[in-house]
Amino acid sequence: MYEFEFEKPSTIADAVKALGEEDAQALGGGQTLIPTLKQRLAMPSTLVSLSGIAEMRGVCPDGDAIAIGGATTHAEVEAATADSYPALSALAGQIGDPAVRNRGTIGGSLANNDPSACYPAAALASGATIVTNAREIAADDYFQGLFTTALDEGEIITNVRMPVPQAAHYEKFVQPASRFALVGVFVARFADGVRVAVTGASEEGVFRWSEAEAALAGNFDPAAIDGLSVDAEGMIGDLHGTKAYRAHLVGVITKRAVAAAA
Amino acid sequence: MVKVTMTVNGRTASGEVEGRTLLSGFLREELGLTGTHVGCDTSQCGACVVHVDGKAVKSCTMLAAEADGAEIATIEGQAAPDGTLNVIQQAFQDHHGLQCGFCTPGMVMSAAALLKDNPKPSEQEIREYLEGNLCRCTGYHNIVKAIMAASGQDVSAVAAE
Repeated sequence: MYEFEFEKPSTIADAVKALGEEDAQALGGGQTLIPTLKQRLAMPSTLVSLSGIAEMRGVCPDGDAIAIGGATTHAEVEAATADSYPALSALAGQIGDPAVRNRGTIGGSLANNDPSACYPAAALASGATIVTNAREIAADDYFQGLFTTALDEGEIITNVRMPVPQAAHYEKFVQPASRFALVGVFVARFADGVRVAVTGASEEGVFRWSEAEAALAGNFDPAAIDGLSVDAEGMIGDLHGTKAYRAHLVGVITKRAVAAAA
Repeated sequence: MVKVTMTVNGRTASGEVEGRTLLSGFLREELGLTGTHVGCDTSQCGACVVHVDGKAVKSCTMLAAEADGAEIATIEGQAAPDGTLNVIQQAFQDHHGLQCGFCTPGMVMSAAALLKDNPKPSEQEIREYLEGNLCRCTGYHNIVKAIMAASGQDVSAVAAE
């Protein structure tokens, strides 16, 4: 790692101020950022830890939604949403391994927007609102491609508001070495429609499969997916699976998710 | 430099660290606690697992500065002061849960974290909990047996090797 200064503010305001310094970068749980720094792929002047900001931790009900602090760890989300949003709890409990889940945070995952990460699928399928120190961003506007989001420089995810669907399930086809999703599909049924978000598959990162959403809105059954397919062009093709394989998996995993949610 | 103070195995430890100093490095190089092993240094292998405020953490993927004020438990604090092994360590010995021993500190610390939250885990739960701890010698069967035994359960049902 290159050298950097370390700061650990205890309020959002102080964190925003610290991130205003040139080349300062926010540190969530560090489960992606620290390996990245070890590879010398990033050279921040200062790391601003968000782990000491009490108002950014924890899960609480918020009407028909739940509000999750941006610095809440995967393990904390898993425990706190087991009753209120079981599909989200199960997703959090499948990320990485137990030690990673004790450090990694929901805000860190969403800010990084890895194309194979799990939380982007939950946020997009739930129609979440990403709350930052400056504004609120709808999930539909937030994810903007590979490792790219609507966040500005120095903007912090302070909270994530997830509407709780009537029925939901996240089905993850695990890449066994990394335990990231080779393909993961989050299906959420609301009173006014169905949302289907796919991670791990597309070169553009997480996306909504609108044809499947339309079919499932009329008939929330795995059979509704029959005959539908995503275009293999634009899918990720790598040593773990070809573009065609991933396109095929999207259909299979969506069906499994619907079967489990229905 | 950042001044850090933490409690390590019940004793207060202080030091000055760089921002980039990892918790694993602080434990090994500043405190001489080399029982915490650094295997892959990429947060895959789990040989460096320690407890931070009671939770299993990969110490190669946490900054030492983040541990300021925390309670740290490492493999060195697991046995009694007279050297008597704790129940998990003894079970690893009894069930031949190690060969080269490199992964063992992380395995024991992960097992301790599991049994604290789940005192009677099933074989499947043990195997899932050890997803982030790699052993290249044993094939895991004897590690799983050891953890079953340490939790006071019958090990004969564990899948045959």
